[in-house]
Amino acid sequence: MLRIDCPHCGPRDEAEFTYRGDATVVRPGPDAGIEAWDDYLHLRDNPRGWTVEWWLHSAGCRAVLKVRRHTVTHQVDAVAVAGGRPGTDRA
Amino acid sequence: MSQSRRLAAGGHVDRARSLSFRFDGRSLEGHPGDTLASALLANGVRLVGRSFKYHRPRGIFSAGVEEPNALVELREGARREPNTRATVVELFDGLVAASQNHRGSLAFDWMAVNGLLAPWLGAGFYYKTFMWPAAFWERVYEPLIRRAAGLGRASGLPDPDHYGTMHAHCDVLVVGSGAAGLAAARAAGATGARVILAEQDFMLGGDLLNEPGLEDWRREQLAALAAMPELRLLPRTTVFGFYDHGVLGAAERVADHLPEPPPHAPRQRFWTIRAKEVVLATGGHERLVAFPGNDRPGVMLAGAARTYARRHGVRAGDAVVLFATHDAAYDAAFAIAEAGAAISAIVDPREDSAAMQRARDAGFDVRARSVVSDTTGRAGIHAIEVRARDGAGRGVALPADLLMISGGWNPAVHLASMSGAPLAWNEELQSFLPGAPVQRERSAGACRGVNGHAAAAADGADAGRAAAIAAGFAGAEAFAAPAAPAPDHRPWPLFEVKGGKAFVDIQDDVTADDIRLAHREGFSHVEHAKRYTTHAMGTDQGKTGGIVGAAVLAEARDENLEKVGLPRFRPYTSPVAWGTMAGDGVGAHFQPTRRSPLQAVHDALGATWMDAGLWKRPAWYPKAGDANLWASIRREARAVRERVGICDVSTLGKIAVEGPDAATFLDRVYSNTFSTLPVGRARYGLMLRDDGLVFDDGTTSRIAEHRFFVTTTTAQAGPVMQHLEFHLATAWPELDVSLASVTDQWAAIAIAGPRARAVVAAIVDGLDVSNEAFPFMAVADCRVAGAPARLFRISFSGELAFEIAMPAGFAAHVWAAAMAAGAAHGIEPYGLEALGLLRIEKGHVAGPELNGQTTAHDLGLGRMLKKKGDFIGRAMALRPGLVDPSRPRLVGLRGVDPGRPFRAGAHLVAPGGGPSQGWVTSMTPARISSRRAAGRARAGSPA
Repeated sequence: MLRIDCPHCGPRDEAEFTYRGDATVVRPGPDAGIEAWDDYLHLRDNPRGWTVEWWLHSAGCRAVLKVRRHTVTHQVDAVAVAGGRPGTDRA
Repeated sequence: MSQSRRLAAGGHVDRARSLSFRFDGRSLEGHPGDTLASALLANGVRLVGRSFKYHRPRGIFSAGVEEPNALVELREGARREPNTRATVVELFDGLVAASQNHRGSLAFDWMAVNGLLAPWLGAGFYYKTFMWPAAFWERVYEPLIRRAAGLGRASGLPDPDHYGTMHAHCDVLVVGSGAAGLAAARAAGATGARVILAEQDFMLGGDLLNEPGLEDWRREQLAALAAMPELRLLPRTTVFGFYDHGVLGAAERVADHLPEPPPHAPRQRFWTIRAKEVVLATGGHERLVAFPGNDRPGVMLAGAARTYARRHGVRAGDAVVLFATHDAAYDAAFAIAEAGAAISAIVDPREDSAAMQRARDAGFDVRARSVVSDTTGRAGIHAIEVRARDGAGRGVALPADLLMISGGWNPAVHLASMSGAPLAWNEELQSFLPGAPVQRERSAGACRGVNGHAAAAADGADAGRAAAIAAGFAGAEAFAAPAAPAPDHRPWPLFEVKGGKAFVDIQDDVTADDIRLAHREGFSHVEHAKRYTTHAMGTDQGKTGGIVGAAVLAEARDENLEKVGLPRFRPYTSPVAWGTMAGDGVGAHFQPTRRSPLQAVHDALGATWMDAGLWKRPAWYPKAGDANLWASIRREARAVRERVGICDVSTLGKIAVEGPDAATFLDRVYSNTFSTLPVGRARYGLMLRDDGLVFDDGTTSRIAEHRFFVTTTTAQAGPVMQHLEFHLATAWPELDVSLASVTDQWAAIAIAGPRARAVVAAIVDGLDVSNEAFPFMAVADCRVAGAPARLFRISFSGELAFEIAMPAGFAAHVWAAAMAAGAAHGIEPYGLEALGLLRIEKGHVAGPELNGQTTAHDLGLGRMLKKKGDFIGRAMALRPGLVDPSRPRLVGLRGVDPGRPFRAGAHLVAPGGGPSQGWVTSMTPARISSRRAAGRARAGSPA
């Protein structure tokens, strides 16, 4: 079970969070075209190593967090609130 | 012959008290401190079960969790638990156990015929034999296999006991209470750290319990630990898994040692332990040697025979042979000789050693460069066969009723491996040791190859102190390690004596030949060989023979054991009952129940309840005189169509969307436009997902310039809230908008029907609800029956309708006022079924249509996709597949034969057959007007 160090709430169990997907993909612009949207919605890398993900603290402060996690060891080494509000990073 | 093999003194059993128990109907006696296995041995019981596949007779093989054979059905009736290891069951007065996996009696099992069929029952037998004909699988083969396979029988009755759940945090978790574990806990505890010491046994001490000379040291440590206020001892607690980020799972057997749990106590407790640092002091498991007949009753691990003699005061045999490959096993010979047994011989493949010399000095017949090559005896061995290590064929027969075997010791690396640490081969011990930690854990004592109580205690103390310091504590306390000699655990690398049926996995009836067969047939990876042969599966997970099977595979592959490796260790280290995992999350507590603030009102009206997700909602309100439920539903719907009805719609999701950019935000998340919505008006909105399919619908009202009140469907309230939060945070963090779920804060009541206005007018204060002043889609804050409220002129039924939202605490008051005002108009409450009927007749969509597979066009809502401006799902809604004109579309359906109602899910075909033209998505048999169902059908099809 992962423990995620929420910048608002402190270290909390994975069970309090909802996984919201890969945070390395960039949302296309409105006129990017169907191909770009298809990539964004359906194509994912499957990295062996460090990746960045969205986790919503659904049973906590409801913040959307950007979490850097290692897919092999499950180590989490950085957590930040999405939107980059100042003073909320925990590295 | 009561307890004929019990010693007069010694060990950790209380001979002053007797406990009676029954095994296969026989009444027997044991003492407190016994396990079921030790008590059976004390009574001379040797045959305790039949094997999984060949139904071979089996006896007690070990003295712990690694037991492959002595699996019993424990207790009776609803508490009957199959596949319980007699070696870990704590004896209690009145215990009832039965052997399992035999047809007929244990001594004469009809299924033993499988043993004669053994040549055809090798590895992969099922896969090869039950192939043809395919139709036979379900009707013939599977029922046959199911009857023949498996071990014990589940009770089939509801579990009468309950189970607890605990969450704990600690600075240092110590797993295991042998010399290393006790020292680790003491050293860590001395720093003031919060320590949990978990031990799976009911007595603390591990192998110290087999050492009378170290009893004082054990007691001294226990007394020191008991005096530490921040130290928690958890006996009878198996740490079964090491998960990510320092989280470990454990099962505590709170009341398994009692006939039944005391009132209000759980039977077992599931612990989730979050530890800053972990010290693993899990000891080791002795391993078997594969040789022909190594599974017969009377063959026992040497360490187990030693435990029965020293800890339980039981002599497991009278004429004993020790077959060992290392010096440490020799203590078993001395222990059983002290217990009064005669040592027939000691068989050792080595040339010579210190222990062999000591044994000769003691007068034992030591046969060097020799191996055991067979055993004889049906329900228990009476002789063994010894031959030269490098020889072949038959050897010399020696009488024996107990054959103690030891092929070495495997450090119990399960938890270290689960934590992510690699395993490192150790040539001296011919086994794997834990490698460099990945998580914050360290191993101490025998589980990392440090053997002997003195060395293990010193190692444990170091580990405990280091763990406490790593957790932020300081300070130390000096205490003495026990004075004990260091036994030599380095084995001669003997894993198999070739010949006949030599078992590498006694529980699963896997022989060395099966492993070789797997290799010949291409299943040469250790993980493939495991699955092909079932080696190292079952309750023991190959604790005694896992590495032996891997060694046989290594030889077959002509590679070394280090390269072949072991199958991956995964939870659980020992079986855990389903009830323990479920904890208290069963029955009504399986998931939370959400109740409307009007629950009591509906109960008073006699509502029939139905589940809507987690919510309980009134389905209909039966009345005397209703012929059946459909009569009730039709009566309620007719009241709405002809007079006025009242309905609880509190379960709809409600979200407050506020801030200077609220309108901009809503324009982006809805397919239609909200920035043009005037204050005081509501609008029906459609939400798409990014992939262009419909996500949810609902009405959204503008309460003030920057304040909106969004409603969602009941089912999607949570997902919509997350969807809004996620996009606000990640796609448009620049928007100044705040979101709050207010579903539970607001109750809501719909009042619908031609006379709805008269009812609403009578209870609303200071608001003109005439059509001119308060038209369709009007919204206003007001007071209703004196309570603060928000009035909406919206309709889900197609009739004139209002919805009144109010703070949840006022709901019952407002409902009562509406019922009183509506009495003269014939008001009737209506439930979810009537609501469904009314919306189907009206053509409104709901869950069955908003199923995540439909587009706005499919639902006839294509006009709601705005032409100007972006919104979630716009780009992908234009995908060719989603704008294909031949996609099935929402249509209304009416049956031609009123006597034959539709079924939801039924497909529509032309008279006489042909391909499906579409299907029914929602139906109601209780027609009021013309429409009876909604469905999706291909464009142009007759529907």
